Amino acid sequence: MISGISIYHILTLTTILFFIGIYGFITRKNLIAILISIELILNASVVNFVIFNTYLYPDMLQGVFFSIFIIAIAAAESALAVSIIVSFYRMLASVDVKDTETLKY
Amino acid sequence: MNFSYTLFIPLIPLFVFLFLGILHTKLKPKLAGTIGVLGLSTSTLLSYYTAYKYFFEVGKVDGVYQTFIGAKTTWINFTELLHIDMGVLLDPISIMMLVVVSTISLMVHIYSLGYMKGEAGFNRYYAFLSLFTFSMYGLVIATNIFQMYIFWELVGVSSFLLIGYYYDKPSAVAAAKKAFIVTRFADLGFLIGILILSYYAGTFDFQILNNPQGAIISNGIGASFMGLSVITWALILMFVGGAGKSAMFPLHIWLPDAMEGPTPVSALIHAATMVVAGVYLVARMFPLYYFIDGGFVLQIVAYVGAFTSLFAAIIACTQNDIKRVLAFSTMSQIGYMMLALGVSGYDGHEGLGYMASMFHLFTHAMFKALLFLGAGSVIHAVHSNLMKDMGGLRKYMPITNITFFIAALSISGFPFTSGFFSKDEILSAAFENSKLIYFVGLFVAGLTAFYMFRIYFSIFWGKEKTYKHTPHESPLSMTIPLILLAILSIAPGYIHFSDFISADRGGFEAHLNYPLAITAVVTGLIGILVAYVFYKKENNIPEKVSKTFGAIYTWTYHKFYIDELYLFVTKKIIFNIVSASFAWFDKKVIDDSMIGIGDATINSSEKIKKLQSGKFQDYATWFILGAIALVLYFLYKN
Amino acid sequence: MGQIVFYILAAIIIVFAVAAVNSRKILHSVIYLLFVLASISGIYFLINYTFLGALQLAIYAGGVIVLIIFSVMLTHNIDSKLETASVTSKILAGILSIAGVATTLFAIYTYQFTPVKNFNAIEITDIGTKLLSYERGGFILPFEVISLLLLAILIGAIVIAKGQHLIEQEYKQNQQ
Repeated sequence: MISGISIYHILTLTTILFFIGIYGFITRKNLIAILISIELILNASVVNFVIFNTYLYPDMLQGVFFSIFIIAIAAAESALAVSIIVSFYRMLASVDVKDTETLKY
Repeated sequence: MNFSYTLFIPLIPLFVFLFLGILHTKLKPKLAGTIGVLGLSTSTLLSYYTAYKYFFEVGKVDGVYQTFIGAKTTWINFTELLHIDMGVLLDPISIMMLVVVSTISLMVHIYSLGYMKGEAGFNRYYAFLSLFTFSMYGLVIATNIFQMYIFWELVGVSSFLLIGYYYDKPSAVAAAKKAFIVTRFADLGFLIGILILSYYAGTFDFQILNNPQGAIISNGIGASFMGLSVITWALILMFVGGAGKSAMFPLHIWLPDAMEGPTPVSALIHAATMVVAGVYLVARMFPLYYFIDGGFVLQIVAYVGAFTSLFAAIIACTQNDIKRVLAFSTMSQIGYMMLALGVSGYDGHEGLGYMASMFHLFTHAMFKALLFLGAGSVIHAVHSNLMKDMGGLRKYMPITNITFFIAALSISGFPFTSGFFSKDEILSAAFENSKLIYFVGLFVAGLTAFYMFRIYFSIFWGKEKTYKHTPHESPLSMTIPLILLAILSIAPGYIHFSDFISADRGGFEAHLNYPLAITAVVTGLIGILVAYVFYKKENNIPEKVSKTFGAIYTWTYHKFYIDELYLFVTKKIIFNIVSASFAWFDKKVIDDSMIGIGDATINSSEKIKKLQSGKFQDYATWFILGAIALVLYFLYKN
Repeated sequence: MGQIVFYILAAIIIVFAVAAVNSRKILHSVIYLLFVLASISGIYFLINYTFLGALQLAIYAGGVIVLIIFSVMLTHNIDSKLETASVTSKILAGILSIAGVATTLFAIYTYQFTPVKNFNAIEITDIGTKLLSYERGGFILPFEVISLLLLAILIGAIVIAKGQHLIEQEYKQNQQ
C-alpha cells in the first residue's frame, strides 16, 4: 500500500495502460510490434491482480500467485510467438500482418 | 424319428454358393462345375433317403402321415406366441417337393456342364444355381409362413440373377427387371396377407394354422371385412403372391420374357420348381383355404387357374420362339394344377383334386424340364430359338428327338405316360366339381397336344433347313439328363400317388375314370393329328388357317396385348397423369423450396463474408467493441 | 514520498507505453517497452512486493525483452521504418480505446472498493510454502501444470522455429 495513493489511482493507471496496449494491437502492422502491445496488455492485468490482492485481501496470496502464473505464461507465450514469427519470416520473408491474411473466406 | 440331418439338404447348396461365389475368379470352370454337381448330388441323395425313410420306414401312424420337425430354432421373438422360426418341416408334400427340386436341379446341374461350357461367368452361373437351389429347399421345408416368405424372396432374387445372366444383353436385363418387379409387386400382396393372418391368428406356424381341429379353423376369427372374414382376405392376398410367382393371369407377363435366361435356368426355375411355388403355397395352406368361409378363395383359385390355363394354351399355339411356346405351356399347366386345387375337397376321395394337383406338379416338373432341356439341346445345335430356323433335325439329333417326343407325348396325356395319369386325375376331379371347368380343362388338353406337337414336328420333321454348320448331337453331359428325365416322364405314372399324398393325409384308392380318360385321350389325339397334318410336311395349311382367323390370330400372336395394356396403364395413365402431378409438386414445391433455402444461404453468406476478412486485428476490434457493449449493458442494468 | 514516486512511475509508464505503440523504429519500441516493464516493477517495489518486482525484472527485462530483441535482429533491417496505419484507422482505434477507458473508469469509480486498513508485509517464504502446498488453498497443482506447459512450449518453440527444411536436411544427413 502506498500512502496517499488509493486503489482508484492505480486502477486508472492500469486501465490506461491496458487500452494503450489495445490501441497498439489494433493499429500496428508489424507482428513484433503487436507482440509488444500484447505485453503491455498482460502487464496491465498483472498489476491489477496484485493491487486487488494488496488493497482488498492482504491476508491471501491468490493475486500474487496469479500474477506469477501470468508472468510465466506471458514469457512462454512470447517465446512461442517469437518462434512463430521467425518461422513465418523464413517462409514469406516478411513479418507483416497483411501477409497473414490467408484465413479469409 | 430323427430327421435332424435334413438340415444339411439346404445347407450344402448354401455352402457351395458361398464357396463358388467367393472364389469365382480363382477356380477353374471345370472344378467349379464339379463342386456344384457333387454338392447337389449329396443333397439329392439325402432328399431321396429322407423320402424313403418318411414314407416307408416311418409310414403312417394311426393311418395318417405325421409331420416331423427336423430342426428348428427361433430367429426373432415378438411375443410368446408370435415368433419367426427357422427350421425344417417334413410332411408328404414338402418331401415330394424336396424330391422334385433335387432331381430337376441335379439334372440341370449336370446338363449345364455341357450347355454352358466355355461361357464367360461359368463359375458365377454355378454359384447362382446353388443359391437358387438353397432358396428353393428353404421354401419347401419352411416351418412357418414367414420363413417361406423369406425364401420366397430369395428365390425371386436368384431368379432375377439367373435371368439376367447375360447382363450385357439389354433384353435380358429388361426381362430380369420385369420378372423381379412383377413378382415383387405380387409379393406385396403375400406380405400383407401374412401380416393380416399373423395379426389375427397370432402365429406364423403352419402346424397351428393348418390344424383342421385348431382354434383358427373351427372357431374362425370374429373380425370381418366387406362381408368376408379377414382370414379370407389374407388368403386372397396370399394367393395374389402365389399367382405372381406362378405366373397366373394377369400377373403372368414376366414369364415369357424370363426365357432370356440360359435354357437350363428356364428348365429349373421357370418350368419345374420356382413357378410351382404358388401351387405349393396353396397346397401348404390347403386346410385354411378349404375350411375358411366354405372354400370361397378356392373358387377364385379354380377359376383363375382354369382361365390362365386356357389363355396361355391359346397363345402358345401362335408363338414362334420354342422357348416361349414352352413358357406359355408352363403357365397353362400350372393353371391346371391351380384349378385342380381349386376343385378339391378335403376328406378321403374328395381330396382327389389336391392329390391330382400335387401329382401333376410332380410329373409336369419332369416332362417340362425334359422339354426345356431338349429345346436347349436343339438351340445349342442350331444357335437359334426360332422355329423357322429348324426342321428335319431328327437325323442329326436322335437322342434329343426321342426324348423330346416322349416328353411331348407325356404332356399331351398319351396313355401309359405319367402325364396321362395325372391329367386324368385332374379332369375327373374337375368333372365331379364343375362341368365348366372340366370342359375348359378338356379343351386345354387338346390345345396342349396340338401346340406341343406343332413344335415337335417343326423342329424334328418338316422341311430340312440349311444350317451354317451341320447340327450334331449334344455331348453326353447333356444327353444323360435327357435320358434320365425321359424315364422319369413315364415311370412316375405307375406310382400310387394317392397312397402318399392326400389332403387329409390318410391316403385313398384312386382309380382311372375310364370314360373321362378315353375322352381326354381322344381329345389329345385329335390335337396331335391336327399338328401332324399341319406341320409334318412343309405345306401352307397353317398360313391359310391363320389368315382365316385374321384379327384373332394377330391378337393371340401378340399375347392378347396384355403387355401393351400394362405399358399403357403404367406409362400413359400412371406416369403421365397420376405421377405428373406429383412430379410437378415435387419439382416446383419441394425442390424449389429446398433450392430457395440453399440460394438464400448462399446469397446472405455472400453478403456477410466480408466480415470474415482474415485480419485478426479486425476480429480483435469487434471483440473489444462487444466487450465494451457488454460492460455498458451490465452497468446500465444495475 | 511514495505518492511522488508513484506519480513519476505512472508518468513514465504512460509516456513510454504510448511511445512503444507509436514508434516507427521497432528496436526503439522494444526499448520503450523495457522502460514500461521496469517502471511496473517499481510499482511492485512500492507496495512491498519485492519478490514480484524481482521476478518482473528478471523475466521480462532479462528474458522476454532479450528474446524480442533477438527476433527483431533476425527479421529486420535496423534502419527500416515501420509501416504506419492509415489516419482513419488510427482515429477509429483511438476512439475505441478512449471509449474503453471511459467505460472501464466509469465502472471502477462507480464501484465502492473497501480497502483494508492494516496491511501485513508478505514474506517470500509464505509464497514459497503456499505455492508448493498440497493442502487446502495450496497451489501445487497449477504449479505443476505450468511447469508442464513450459516444457511443452519449450519443445514447441524449438520445433516451430527450426523450420521444415532444416529438419529435412538433418534427416538426410542422418540417412547418409
